[in-house]
Amino acid sequence: MNELLEGLGGALAPLDELMRKMLFLPERASTFAAEVDHLHYFIITLTMISSTGIFLGALLLYAKYRRRAGHRLAEAVHPPAWFEVSILVVPGIFFLLWFFMGFKGFVRMTTPPADAMDVYVMAKKWMWKFSYPDGPNSINVIRVPAHRPVRLLMTSRDVIHSFYVPELRVKEDVLPSRTTQLWFNATTPGRYEILCAEYCGTGHSTMRGVLDVMEPVEFDEWMQTQRMGLASRQDMGGPLNPDDESIGTLAQQGRKAAAELECFKCHSIDGSAHIGPTWLGLYHRNERLTDGREIFVDEAYLTRSMMDPMAEIVAGYAPVMPTFQGRMTAPQTAAIIEYIKSLQDDRIAQQKNPGPVYEPAFKR
Amino acid sequence: MSQPSNVERDEQFLETPPLTEVKVPRRNYLNDGTTVRSWLLTLDHKRIAIMYLVLTMVGFLLGGVFALLIRIKLLTPGPWLFSANAYNRLFTMHGVVMIFLFLIPAIPGVFGNFLLPLMLGAKDVAFPKLNLFSVYLYLAGAALALWGLVHGGADTGWTFYTPYSTTTPAQVVPILLGAFILGFSSIVTGLNFIVTVHTMRAPGLTWFKLPLFVWGIYATAIIQVIATPVLGMVLLLVAVERSFGFGIFDPSRGGDPVLFEHLFWFYSHPAVYIMILPAMGVVSEVVACFSHNRPYGYKVIAYSSLGIAFIGFLGWGHHMFVSGESVFIAGAFSFLTMLVGVFSAAKTFSWVGTMYKGSVDFKTPFAYIVGFLFFFVFGGMTGVAVATLPLDVHWHDTYFIVAHFHFIMVGAAVMAYMAAVHYWFPLMFGKKYSERWGLSGAFFTFVGFVVTFFPQFLLGNEGMPRRYYQYPDHFQVLNVVSTVGSWILAMGVGVTLLTLIYALIAGEPAEKNSWGSRGFEWRADCPPITHNFDTQPVIGPHDGPYSYHLTHGTASEAKHGS
Repeated sequence: MNELLEGLGGALAPLDELMRKMLFLPERASTFAAEVDHLHYFIITLTMISSTGIFLGALLLYAKYRRRAGHRLAEAVHPPAWFEVSILVVPGIFFLLWFFMGFKGFVRMTTPPADAMDVYVMAKKWMWKFSYPDGPNSINVIRVPAHRPVRLLMTSRDVIHSFYVPELRVKEDVLPSRTTQLWFNATTPGRYEILCAEYCGTGHSTMRGVLDVMEPVEFDEWMQTQRMGLASRQDMGGPLNPDDESIGTLAQQGRKAAAELECFKCHSIDGSAHIGPTWLGLYHRNERLTDGREIFVDEAYLTRSMMDPMAEIVAGYAPVMPTFQGRMTAPQTAAIIEYIKSLQDDRIAQQKNPGPVYEPAFKR
Repeated sequence: MSQPSNVERDEQFLETPPLTEVKVPRRNYLNDGTTVRSWLLTLDHKRIAIMYLVLTMVGFLLGGVFALLIRIKLLTPGPWLFSANAYNRLFTMHGVVMIFLFLIPAIPGVFGNFLLPLMLGAKDVAFPKLNLFSVYLYLAGAALALWGLVHGGADTGWTFYTPYSTTTPAQVVPILLGAFILGFSSIVTGLNFIVTVHTMRAPGLTWFKLPLFVWGIYATAIIQVIATPVLGMVLLLVAVERSFGFGIFDPSRGGDPVLFEHLFWFYSHPAVYIMILPAMGVVSEVVACFSHNRPYGYKVIAYSSLGIAFIGFLGWGHHMFVSGESVFIAGAFSFLTMLVGVFSAAKTFSWVGTMYKGSVDFKTPFAYIVGFLFFFVFGGMTGVAVATLPLDVHWHDTYFIVAHFHFIMVGAAVMAYMAAVHYWFPLMFGKKYSERWGLSGAFFTFVGFVVTFFPQFLLGNEGMPRRYYQYPDHFQVLNVVSTVGSWILAMGVGVTLLTLIYALIAGEPAEKNSWGSRGFEWRADCPPITHNFDTQPVIGPHDGPYSYHLTHGTASEAKHGS
């Protein structure tokens, strides 16, 4: 059956390409793109057919029943019951079909696979900054490997922005004081434009970045040289030891930031109780809150806890934490989150990224 | 049975006045007092409607000029003509003026006011003084907003998203307060209409004999009264945050930026139906009149208006599919949005069905409706397409959205408005416009509209975000096509306006009920007298707004027909 479908897909490839060009859709560079485009064709074709059909139907009815001299009285026609029912039911069925097709795809698009590589994205007027957990930072250019899932954890320093790469068919708003996420698996190496899609002021239309999709091997090499570059900038030189703390991974930067911001006055990192909850094993734990709710600790919760600590207090702790809103830059936030994520006991630390932040809704 | 129907009495009357009355036109609402004071302090719903007509037309032309300037800038990808800041102010002005000064008040303010009492067989609306007050509220709100736009120039877009709107150095507060006051004008109008429909119907005019335009206006009024206060509240909160530094929406002061989006769209999504439901009412009237037939499924159209008004409140979250909404919430809003599509589809089939076994006369108002049908179905179905989650991810905040809502706002609402202007022109002014020029205006409007907005769908597909002052070079071709389209569209609107202005000045007098409509409003004189009817109309058991089985198509034939 699958082979048959693949064969059919192959036969339809030229038609697929023709439709894509006719609709001015950009090249496809992610695993989502083809599926999104096919849904697009289906829905737009139906839309074209329906609107043209209604229009032509109206013209035909006009041709048939146009007013002639000495015309007769109107007949007082009542629509039959089947007509009234079907004009509600038929469009209803089609729209429900669209909904189900769309929802299925959306769940996939919003559920990152467990082995996705994380990159932190900080947006501000009017630039993008990207930080890798392994250390390097870059402005306006993000390099990612092809054929590997990548998850972006995004936050803004000022107003709302939106990360959009048309070729990937992905977009997600970037909000201040919150972390939103987006994932993709790029299929075609190349350079693609990142556009800001949420209006953010004077420089909105020029807030563009570059997504550089590299062959996985090239990407790994690049990452190595970046780490070496970081190391040499820190006057380390010599052979590269990835475990050397002074290389400065994001988590290490996070520890430094946490020390500077005096987080350790209240939070331990060894599992012992203190004024606030320990950070050891905090990430992806289920915490019970003072109001009885249970919450899953993810990047979004950690960000909220730093910015608005009174909103969700873990049961058993006093509401004493001050807000770090305005006291912390977005890169510091990302670094501290990455640091907390690194504080796992051995059992959890085996997994690099233990799973999706959002579970598929139908599994709940 | 023994009592002659109102129409028959009126028709007898129409035949009695001899030629002697030609020189001294019969007293009507236009010549009943000609001083400026008699206009500015009038309580007559018809004069208030004419004031709205002039005011909203000024808004429409102003917003149109802004749009033309935006389109001219977008001829080239780089910066030219004016700065990015000026561009950002322009699209803000275009949006604010078109939505708050034209689309929301246009059909209810002009045609709702003019026709509702005539269609109900009443002398006036329930609260005439409140009605006049709504005009002055509109004027005050418009003046404040325009002053703010000219003076400080908000650069937030009409959506005022926080925290941008609470941190931008531009003057946002006067515009927020202007929109706040305009909101009250809208609420007052809606309230007035609800009470009027409930209490002022003529004897014998039961709910299911109401003209469908009344159903549309009634459903609109419900949204105006329930949703607009939320807009007022949220605009005030933004003003408070800007002026006094409270942290409501700005996260750097402890606020929540997404809260604004929820509150804003809780009004602004139903507001779309404030703009389109009256337009749907116009379509129902015009289709029935020019098909000389009763609507094919009266109750479907009437109930679906109420259905849209109700379901319209449950769809606001579809503006935030990519704003960090959970998958479950996004799915729920996607599903609820589809339901609006079902109601709209049902209406569309009923309108087309109305022509079935009718006697269709292709006049200018009808031409606009044929255009409406195509644009509305395409615009509406692309709306449902945008509610399909993975497609919205690609289309959100691109020109696809711009094209979609312009298909609804211009392709549907403005086309229906134009149809209404032409259809009721003889009733409002007692003059005939030139059919030939009317049709040419409609033709250029259609062509211009398609050439302007169709390429914008493709621009969105290609990935051009909205509100872009500069854009990547490969978007240029479609942008140029769209700009050329805007010139054709402007020409169409220009021809139409000149035709109507000429008719106003030098048009031939229109005879009573020149379309041969059975609508109650046409049973008044053209133009109507100040108190609408000489005697209280009574609706007989077999009479109704679409009783076309009683008469033939044209007025001259109608006299001999029944």
